[in-house]
This record gives sequence, C-alpha cells and structure tokens, in this order.
Amino acid sequence: MLSRVAERVYWMARYVERAENTARMVTAFNLLSLDMPKSVQVSWKGLVEVTGNEGLFDNHYQRDDERNCVKFLLADADNPSSVLNSLQAARENVRTTRDLVPSEAWEVMNELYLFARDHIDQGIGKRGRFEFLSEVVQRCQTLTGLLAGTMSHDAAYDFIRLGRNLERADMSTRHVDVGALKLLKKDGEDPDPYEGLLWTSILRSGSGFQMYRQHVKRRINGVDVVRFLLQDTAFPRSVTHTLTQVQDALEKLPRNELPLRLVIQARRHASSAHVEELIAEDGLHAFMDVLQRDIGDIHGANVETWFRIAPVQTQTQAA
Amino acid sequence: MAIDWKRYDPAPFYDELIEKPGKPRGPGKALAEYLASLDEGEIHSRKQSADNAILEMGISFTVYTEGENIDRAWPFDIIPRVIARKEWDQVSAGLEQRLNALNLFIDDIYNEQRIFQDKVIPRYVLNQSKNFREQCIGIKPPQGVWAHICGTDLVRDGSGQFYVLEDNLRVPSGVSYMLENRQVTKRVFPEMFESSSILPVDEYPTQLFDMLASISPRPQDYPEIAVLTPGIYNSAYFEHSFLAQRMGAELVEGADLVVGDDDCVYMRTIDGLERVDVIYRRIDDEFLDPEVFNPDSMLGVPGLMRAWRQGNVGLANAPGAGVADDKVMYAYVPDIIRYYLDQEPIIPNVPTYLCVNEKDRAYVLDHLDELVVKPANESGGYGMLVGPHATKKQRAEFAQLIKKDPRNYIAQPTLDLSVAPTLCGDEIEPRHLDLRPFILQGVRTDVTAGGLTRVAMRKGSLVVNSSQGGGSKDTWIVDEEN
Repeated sequence: MLSRVAERVYWMARYVERAENTARMVTAFNLLSLDMPKSVQVSWKGLVEVTGNEGLFDNHYQRDDERNCVKFLLADADNPSSVLNSLQAARENVRTTRDLVPSEAWEVMNELYLFARDHIDQGIGKRGRFEFLSEVVQRCQTLTGLLAGTMSHDAAYDFIRLGRNLERADMSTRHVDVGALKLLKKDGEDPDPYEGLLWTSILRSGSGFQMYRQHVKRRINGVDVVRFLLQDTAFPRSVTHTLTQVQDALEKLPRNELPLRLVIQARRHASSAHVEELIAEDGLHAFMDVLQRDIGDIHGANVETWFRIAPVQTQTQAA
Repeated sequence: MAIDWKRYDPAPFYDELIEKPGKPRGPGKALAEYLASLDEGEIHSRKQSADNAILEMGISFTVYTEGENIDRAWPFDIIPRVIARKEWDQVSAGLEQRLNALNLFIDDIYNEQRIFQDKVIPRYVLNQSKNFREQCIGIKPPQGVWAHICGTDLVRDGSGQFYVLEDNLRVPSGVSYMLENRQVTKRVFPEMFESSSILPVDEYPTQLFDMLASISPRPQDYPEIAVLTPGIYNSAYFEHSFLAQRMGAELVEGADLVVGDDDCVYMRTIDGLERVDVIYRRIDDEFLDPEVFNPDSMLGVPGLMRAWRQGNVGLANAPGAGVADDKVMYAYVPDIIRYYLDQEPIIPNVPTYLCVNEKDRAYVLDHLDELVVKPANESGGYGMLVGPHATKKQRAEFAQLIKKDPRNYIAQPTLDLSVAPTLCGDEIEPRHLDLRPFILQGVRTDVTAGGLTRVAMRKGSLVVNSSQGGGSKDTWIVDEEN
C-alpha cells in the first residue's frame, strides 16, 4: 500500500472523528447552558480551550461570548479544527482515495460536507443548533459504519481505525482536562452546587452519560467520571479503550515497532493512574498533559514510520 | 415512434450503417433490423438503462474549469457503430505498419538520423519540433520501441475511405471508454451479442500489462508496474485509475516515487521502499523529471530520466516519442513508411499542406474558407480553425498567425466526415464521427478490435472531443462469415 494513500485514509478518519467529537461537545455544552440558572455564567470559552486553539481564537475575536465561540468551533475558516474545515479536509482525503474506499462512502462524505456547508448558519444560531449538530453526528456515524461494514478490513482499514481511535483518545484526554481545570481547583471551598451538572455535561460530550450510569451506578462525581473516561475498558471513548484499539490496529501493520512500543507505554500510563491521588494532589492537569504528549508522539511515530519515508533509506534497501 | 430507416437520409455523407434511405449496409443489417423492431418506449428504456449503467459504473470524465463539480457522466450514444471484419483486418494491418515505421523513425532520430542524411525529410522539421527531446539522444530503449501505446485517429470521407487524421504517441487517452462502452452496450442490447459475431475488446488490459512487462529491466521476476498519473484533477484520471485497477498495477503520483542513489526507482509504501520496474506514465514529457525538464514540475520524479537512461526502469511511452506525432511530421509519414519498411502505406494520410512551404502557404491563405488549419503541436482540438464554419474575422486572424509563424501551421481540406445514426432527443439523426483505435507495440504488436468512436453530438459539428461536447459509441467489428 502506498504511503500517500495510507496517510490520506488515516487523516480522513481523524478529521471525521474530530468533526463528530466537536459536534457532540457543542451539543452537550449547549444543553448544559440551558440547564444552568441565569445567575450562573457558563464559559463557552472553555470549549475553545478544550480544542487547544484558544490562541487562534484570541487573535480573531474580541469577545468570548457564545456566538463567537460556537462560530469558531463550527464554522471558522481560520480554525483548522472547526467542524466545517475538518469535514472539508476529510472529504478531500476521501476524494483522493476514491479508488480504495467504497463508492457509497464517498457519496456519504460528499453529502455530509455539502450539508454542513449549506446549513452552517443553523448551527451557529441558537434555534436550529441541536438539529444541525445531531445531523452531523449521525452522518459521521453513518460513514464510520459504512466503512466498517463494506470495506475490506485490510491495511487501509487499519489506518482508518488507527486515525479514528487516536483522535478519539486525544479528545477524551481533553474532556477530562477541562474538568480538571474548571472544576477541581476548589480546594477547601464548598463544592460547587452545579458540579454534578458540569460533570454530566462532560460525560455527554463524549456521549458517555448513559454508559456511565449503567456501569458506574453511583452519583456523578469527579473521581468516578475521570476514572470512567480514562480507564474504563469497555466504553469505546475512554482513553484506555481507544488506545487498546490503536494498539490492535498497529499490531496488524508492517514495521510497527516504534509506534507499537509508544502506544503500549501510553496505555499502561493511562490505566495505571491513581485518579483519586491525582485529584487530591492537584496533579490531574499535569497528568493529562503528559498523556496528550504521549498521543502526539504516537502520531509522530506513525508519520515517521509510514508516511514520510526518506529517500536516504534506499541505501539500506536491497534492490 | 419506432425507427423507420426509410425516413433516415444521411446524404450527402457516407453513413456507417445506412447506405441510403431504407437500405442498411451488409455488416449492420442485423442491427438496423433489430433497432427497427423496437418501439419508441423500448428505445427510451434502453437509453435509460445505458444512462443508469454509466452512473452506476461511475464512468466519468473530468472537466478542468468547473471547480467543485469536476466529474461529469460520460456522454454515450446507445446505437453502436458497425464495421465489417474484412475491412477492419486491412485497417488493422495498416495501423500496425504505421506504428512499426514510426518507432523505427523515432529510434533513428535519437540515434543515427539516417533519414535526414538521406534527405527524405528536411532537417528543419526536426529543429522546429516542440516534442523533440535532446535529452534522449543516444538512448536505446528495449526492442527499439519508443511509442508503446499509440492512439491513431481515423476518419472516413464521403467515399467511405479511411484516412489517418493524426497519430497520438505521447499519452493517448480514451481506451477505458472503449472498454466501458462495450460493457454498457452488453447491458443494453444483450440479444445482439447472442445473434451476431462481434469481436471482443476486453483483452486490452491484459495485452497492455504483457506489453509493459516485456520492457521490464528484470524480466525474470514478477515486474512491479505502476501507472503514473498527474492526479485527480487531470481530465483522464478516471482512465488512469481504471487501467491501474484492471492491470493490478499500482496507481502512483510523482511524490510516491523516488530515485535512489543506485539510480533505481522506488515507491514509498507502508512496507518501505519498493522497486518499480515499469512505469506507464500519463504525465507529459516536460513534467516527468524536474532534474532534466521543467524544474518547477511538482508532478514528476527527480532522477527518473537518469534511471531510465541507465536501463533500470521501463518507461511507456518513452520520453521524446512525441517527436513523431506533430502535425508537420505527420505529412511525412507516408515517406517514413516507404523509407523504413519499403512498403506502400496501407491507410492513406489526409492531404496536408505545410504552411512553411511557400507554394502550400499561398494555397492555404487563398483557400482559408475551405480548409481546416491546425497548429503543429496542439491536441484536443484546441487552437484550430475550421474554415467553412469560421467568421471572416477569425479567418483574418489565422492568416496573420500563419504568416507570423508558418512552420507552426498545417492545413487540410475539410473532409466530409462520415456519419452514423445517433439518438438525438426523440429522433434518430446522422452525426459525424471519427475512430480512435489503440495499438500496442512491445515484443509483439496488438491492435484493438475497433476502438473508441467519438461523435460530434451537435448537428453539423465536426468536433468530437469530449472536452468540447463530443459523445461516443460502442464500435462493433462484425464477422459476417461467422
């Protein structure tokens, strides 16, 4: 399989996942903002921070109000991770690998992008936001399902799984991080009366609310939510589960030593963390930072191993 | 209303199917009768099923300037064009003869240049050729073959005689549509394939693969063959991807390939670098290797020419092969055939005036309203003047162009191109067409049974290029004795 093609399907999966995750996150936060009493201000800027693009946001916007934040996350042309840009990049990657992916997948992808482009105002405005975002999430899921159900599970598909799960792992660490930053710095103070709502919202961002209820069966609280999102082995968006998936995909690919070593390390790191201690010692944010760097390193190893093969290597190749 | 051939009058043109109202030609008799037996509803449902098949099979071509919607469904006419096998065997022999001679000619140009020493062709023709590549001088590709894949455009005049209109020796396209047209037609008129003896066309990808494998520098191994495409925005991308799939070859872009210090070509794969033996390149010469040709080319592969020169990779078609397909060189092809093969050309050329010759030029300038004027080095029907259809102003502009750069222009009489019945809306009407057979030359030579028939869908139009609104038909070589 050509490196270029592998790289394109990998990014296609990452971008689709990114669009879906962003749409889910905005949906959850939107619900939260509706639940909060008028006296409590929810910080939409927090969402921008989750994506790690707050610098870019500050360069382009004066006010971090709801409209600007949502516009930035969904539609902004300058935000490379906005839903619209992600979908456009995903579409371009599918289009240039059309020989490889099932033709239905191209059609779904193309229509998804066109839908998002044509209805983006609905997503920015308050009234149509929920419908718009659900539609995006649903269509992303359609695409993922279509690929799982109609594409041969060969190397190309392994690169798709690799990209999807790495992106998911990254997003889950960010969800936990936002909780760490916003909610846990209240040492000694009364627990915020709305903390439960906020953690619920974080669970919803990763569509984990229902699964959490089924598996944890306890009052929503920070420690359990972090543990669930970080270490649950069954929930498909927990960091541990996604990294297991990454490992699984990597094991099927050739010359996988470096990325495989890194992912095993990262997974062990995530699953062996003492969440209670981390929270008590105010170390959760720093921990998530390291984990995010681990994930970045796995990506870097993928690029180095498969996508950017330097010509110098001809020296060591048998002709 | 059903088709009534008595009401179909192709005059004054030669019609491929109907000799005169009510009288089909021999090889097309079965088809004409069959079509006449269908009522209007049935013809429309066949047309519909062809359109569906084209969408379903994803047969498309790409138009450069349309931004978002770059793929268009392939325009196809359901009524096949029929040619008798006996006649085709002659044409086929003529095509083989022609490519054979052209390859001897190209090899001579880049090596001894005997043909100029013997003054069969004036040397200026070479000096002004845009497709001559001095970087290729002294190279001896396997079997002395430079143009491995040739698409030759044939037309018939009013008498039914076939002429060669032009040879395409660089990156001729269209063969995938020939194959797909047949697939569609089999779905639309399956009955006809049972009752008539129509020669199959689908060995082409196998023949192409075998030909490419025959120029591999490592013939003992399974050769790694790659189709090199400029990418998805190229108008022939569909074909590149189609042929790669049918041959089981890798479809690569320039950035996928790298030339190592050992002067071998490798492709970047997830398994590491893999040696490539033969490249069927669909990129023009100028973009092939930025080390040798256009240094700004992002499409090519630095060092590719080095690898080819060393004999470490096969290139089809060889760089520089286009030297033999410009329109001035064309005028000399009959002489080329006589010179190298000592044979008379089997298929004649269209009479051609070279504007560089004073006498020819005077004639051309005097008769602009009857002639077709073409630049020597353009393809795709661009930059030409169809005298009888042009305005006075356009003719005056061309007169200036010719005077300014006479070597760059040739002129030919406007031929009464043959026509064939074509479904136009609700009616069957005659439309002009040409034919592009494909010839493969490696260790052996193969000619497609028929080729790609292109139709000018607009009434009276002679322009058949798909980039300019042309359509196409399936082409049947019918064996009447079988």
